[in-house]
Amino acid sequence: MNTEIIGIVVTYCITILLAIPLGRYIAKVFAGEKVWTDFLKPFERLIYRLSGIDPTEEMSWKGHMKAMLTISSLWLIYAFFALIFQDKLPLNPDHNPGQTPDLAFNTAISFLVNCNVQDYSGESGVTYFTQLFVLMFLHFVSAASAIAAMMVVYKGMKEKSVTTLGNFWNYFVKSITRFLLPGAILVAVILVFNGTPASYKGKDTIITMQGDTTQVSRGPAAAMIAIKHLGTNGGGWFGANSAHPFECPNYLTYMLEMIAQVVIPIALIFALGFYIKNKKFAYVIFAVMTIGMFMFLIPTLQAEIKGNPAISHMGISPSNTAMEGKEVRFGVPATAYWSTVTTIISTGSANGAHDSYMPMTTAMQLMAMMVNCFYGGCGAGFLNYYIFIIIAVFISGLMVGRTPEFMGHKVEAKEMKIASIAALLHPFLILSFTALASYILVYHPDIHWAFQPKNWLGNPGYHGFSEMLYQNTSVAANNGSAMGGLTANNVFWNVTTGIILLFSRFIPIIGPVAIAGIMAQKKFIPESAGTLKTDTGTFGLMTWAVIIIIAALAFFPALALGPLAEFFSMK
Amino acid sequence: MAKRQKNTSLFQKELVNGALKQSFVKLDPRILWHNPVMFTVEIGTLVMTIVTANILINHDKTQGSFLYNLVITLILFLTVLFANFAEALAEARGKAQADSLRKTREETPAKKVTPLGEMYVDEITIVNSSTLQKGDVFLCEAGDIIPIDGEIIEGLASIDESAITGESAPVIRESGGDKSSVTGGTKVLSDKIKVRVTASSGESFLDKMIALVEGASRQKTPNEIALTILLAGFTLVFIIVCVTLKPFGDYAQTPITIAAFVSLFVCLIPTTIGGLLSAIGIAGMDRALRANVITKSGKAVETAGDIDTLLLDKTGTITIGNRKATNFYPAPGIEESLFIQNCLIASFADETPEGKSIVALAKEKNVTVPSGFDIKKVTLINFTAETRSSGINLPDGKQIRKGAVDAIKRIAIDAGNTFPDETGEKVKHISSNGGTPLVVSENKKVIGVIELQDIIKPGIKERFERLRKMGIKTVMVTGDNPLTAKYIAEKAGVDDFIAEAKPEDKMAYIRAEQAQGKLVAMMGDGTNDAPALAQADVGVAMNSGTQAAKEAGNMVDLDNDPTKLIEIVEIGKQLLMTRGTLTTFSIANDVAKYFAIVPALFIVTIPSLRALNIMGLNSPESAILAAVIFNAIIIPLLIPLALRGVEYKPIGASALLRRNLLIYGLGGIIIPFIGIKLIDMALALFM
Repeated sequence: MNTEIIGIVVTYCITILLAIPLGRYIAKVFAGEKVWTDFLKPFERLIYRLSGIDPTEEMSWKGHMKAMLTISSLWLIYAFFALIFQDKLPLNPDHNPGQTPDLAFNTAISFLVNCNVQDYSGESGVTYFTQLFVLMFLHFVSAASAIAAMMVVYKGMKEKSVTTLGNFWNYFVKSITRFLLPGAILVAVILVFNGTPASYKGKDTIITMQGDTTQVSRGPAAAMIAIKHLGTNGGGWFGANSAHPFECPNYLTYMLEMIAQVVIPIALIFALGFYIKNKKFAYVIFAVMTIGMFMFLIPTLQAEIKGNPAISHMGISPSNTAMEGKEVRFGVPATAYWSTVTTIISTGSANGAHDSYMPMTTAMQLMAMMVNCFYGGCGAGFLNYYIFIIIAVFISGLMVGRTPEFMGHKVEAKEMKIASIAALLHPFLILSFTALASYILVYHPDIHWAFQPKNWLGNPGYHGFSEMLYQNTSVAANNGSAMGGLTANNVFWNVTTGIILLFSRFIPIIGPVAIAGIMAQKKFIPESAGTLKTDTGTFGLMTWAVIIIIAALAFFPALALGPLAEFFSMK
Repeated sequence: MAKRQKNTSLFQKELVNGALKQSFVKLDPRILWHNPVMFTVEIGTLVMTIVTANILINHDKTQGSFLYNLVITLILFLTVLFANFAEALAEARGKAQADSLRKTREETPAKKVTPLGEMYVDEITIVNSSTLQKGDVFLCEAGDIIPIDGEIIEGLASIDESAITGESAPVIRESGGDKSSVTGGTKVLSDKIKVRVTASSGESFLDKMIALVEGASRQKTPNEIALTILLAGFTLVFIIVCVTLKPFGDYAQTPITIAAFVSLFVCLIPTTIGGLLSAIGIAGMDRALRANVITKSGKAVETAGDIDTLLLDKTGTITIGNRKATNFYPAPGIEESLFIQNCLIASFADETPEGKSIVALAKEKNVTVPSGFDIKKVTLINFTAETRSSGINLPDGKQIRKGAVDAIKRIAIDAGNTFPDETGEKVKHISSNGGTPLVVSENKKVIGVIELQDIIKPGIKERFERLRKMGIKTVMVTGDNPLTAKYIAEKAGVDDFIAEAKPEDKMAYIRAEQAQGKLVAMMGDGTNDAPALAQADVGVAMNSGTQAAKEAGNMVDLDNDPTKLIEIVEIGKQLLMTRGTLTTFSIANDVAKYFAIVPALFIVTIPSLRALNIMGLNSPESAILAAVIFNAIIIPLLIPLALRGVEYKPIGASALLRRNLLIYGLGGIIIPFIGIKLIDMALALFM
């Protein structure tokens, strides 16, 4: 067991050691300082020329958001139709069929918004063409557009009094060319050398050790698996996601994928410190997020290592811990660590069956996604955290006897309105759609739908409730992991989660960008001894408390009826 | 006007009675609508009333006993009442304070001057001051109390303003110029003045402030609006939580009573801060009024908390208005003891603080009046604004004068005498050391100079240190030359100074600070100050100042006390802090309330959730009751804090945040656990 814990600790430490220099590099890239990747400039200029973009054109916050929404709608239309007609497109050696419109709607939005909930299975539901040119493409651009939006906020925090905050396309293209793409190439190459397939051939036929003949799906998977982690997307090539040995062949690739999925979110926090030239501010945020992560990780490890009391009650020794649904090659702690990381950040890739985790772990995974900003997804994590900063600044600013201000700008009614809506949205989407599902399940279980509600849940009782709650939470958090047990590929779930996806992606991006843009236009107020300092441990504690209290208060009853009820019943 | 008594008791009988009545008036949904948090509680009360009535009429068995529902309804009703009471009490206190100010004025008789025909004839009628209208003219003679605020249009008088300022030395007010304003309640000591009323009774700043406090014209301040939005956001979250709990409960086959839903909702929404928010704002204005400052808007008090730079007049703020004699410097050829004796004689009957200090200093030097000096036989020459000197004429024809350098110089030169160079040097030397030279002449011949030193107010250095810790820069404004100004600035510990200040200099300084994004407060009285008062973020006009100055500023200080600015800043900070800490407290309370109500909701159908009942509450009903009772009574318990304000300590922003987080954040988590448990234990005796 100790070796397994050491494995986690080493993985985490390597992540931090890589994130600091990467953060400095990213800050330099966006500040326009000289970096070693400047040799890519001609390539970027070519992209700008081909697209008819002037990367030096200054945009207001509204300009940024217009750019993001315009390009996103184009991608959505493209993805939707490509998925429907994928059977008529090339690169389909396995002759997989086109997706139904509701599934294509769900998949297209899901990948567009960096959620990557997969109601289909990679082996049969998509083709090599859609995997590569729709899904993998969206892996890159969805991560990059969130990073670009985050950069608008960073810029707003850096500047004293401005109306424009840089150029969206500049941030967007640089995110891809300067770190997402080079990083993905590096990760993909390592994956390939460890056995992840990178082939355009169709299914292979092998003879198993038992002598049976079976077909094994493959494809150009390594490239997609690399960016699915780096971009905190999580949409895997294969249905079993990273639990599939092709996606994660050995412990080295386990460590690689663990590092890849969390390194950019952490590096972006460090980048903030370098970019606004207030490293302490970034370190405080990093500390709050890290404490948040351990808050979820420790109970998870404890619950999983302790094992299932129900099995102990049967007289079976729990010494081999809760092995059900775990990645048996790497052990329980490694799988548990993955489940925490994949839920605190919005990757949602999985190397274990989330349905089989202990109820306490489910509670932690749910909380991680309800908070959704302890590191969080690429760009999106900080944007969520920013809303909590604004609320914390408002309350603690008052507590030091001044009208609240942040980074030299007053926080007033308009900002509070936006922050309140953004903070409200997450519980609203999760709770109301889970309530809708519960209502239909209780009052219309036999409704004349192709797939009747009474058949949704694989498990009755509290666990079933957790499954529904998990699905909506995962989607609202743009996480994309599935607990399993819930049959989600049907019209009801495809459509409702699709709606959640649209709202839960763009409003939490537009909200912080709007606040940052409005505040940047205000008069700059120099700091004095009476100003609330936001780069202190005290303020960090305040932000942490705001996050926990808002998440806990909003979701406590739901958690009590799901995982907590199950947890206490198992004792 | 009698010195107003400062009531420290919060719950005076007549105020409480009036506030109680108002609490019911405020139940009107059209009024309550402005407070979204309490408005939803009122709706909750209404729902519970219907439920309770339904149980009584239709014998509905699903919603629990009639008594239980009735009690919940009553407690919710009380919650709204308590919140209304807090607001009404704050209003009543502010109004009472303002009324007492107003009343003293209304009872004063006024000698109204009625114009007859084209000419003003002194047709004087005695009327009550409350009947005076703007533009009316009244007359005041020595011994009269000035009935109402106004502007002198004719004459000059010395006025005793001690009733409002506490300063015993009389001041000169005259028509024209910056010293033309007189305040109701002050007393004319000499001469006769004609005064034009500047604001009708009922339309003065005071009346405007009463209207602000009473609510009719009260507008929410920007910060109050922002906080209300945040609180409305929290309320919405809990509406979602409670509404979605219904299908969740259905799924878990757990029936939840309406009483439980409404109780959960009311306990979770931030009723504590929601109920006290407007009371806090009114109390801020009330505290300003208690400090004898009339604010023209609630926003001004809020802005005061944000002030970065304070412009303070030297005289009266940093130094005591009076100077003290510290040295005698005889002119060349004049014997020192003789010079001091002459100074002593000249000041012997001088009742001004400066004169007295000269006598004291002479005594210290063992100089006495010559034998045969008889105070009854001399002629005293009083100080006037025109001569800028005073003195004495002795029976033997000797004339001694002392006064400003220019005044004595003119006397000497007019008489054909010279002004000695050595004395000129001394004058310069004294000025550069922060002193004021007082030149003395004997029979129109300069005989020497007395050094008067400014006395820095005791404790003012500590106050500036306190301001520095608050992050506020202090700037001294003085008409002195730069040398004197620098000397005093250093001694008093101000951060910067404006010497030989003209009104334009103040304006320029304010603009420069504001360009850096700083908020500036200043105090002024003259018409010349009006533009700067308007430009400053917080402009406090002295009540003795001109009408123009009072119109331009956003506060009026009745005491004419320049140090008041410091108090105003603290009042502003207190106001904001009270809002912040009570919001924190209110939200932190939810943790305990959850642990009371959530187990109570589910415990019957999901017994394993008993583990969440960490307080060990008696029964689901008692747990819910305990939570709503706690939620209701915390409001009146916190009224004193809301009205008095959270104490501001200048210990730096981070330390302050730590302190308040510890008290109101951690306290807000722990206190309700204890409170709810105690209430539950008490309820157990009845249930």
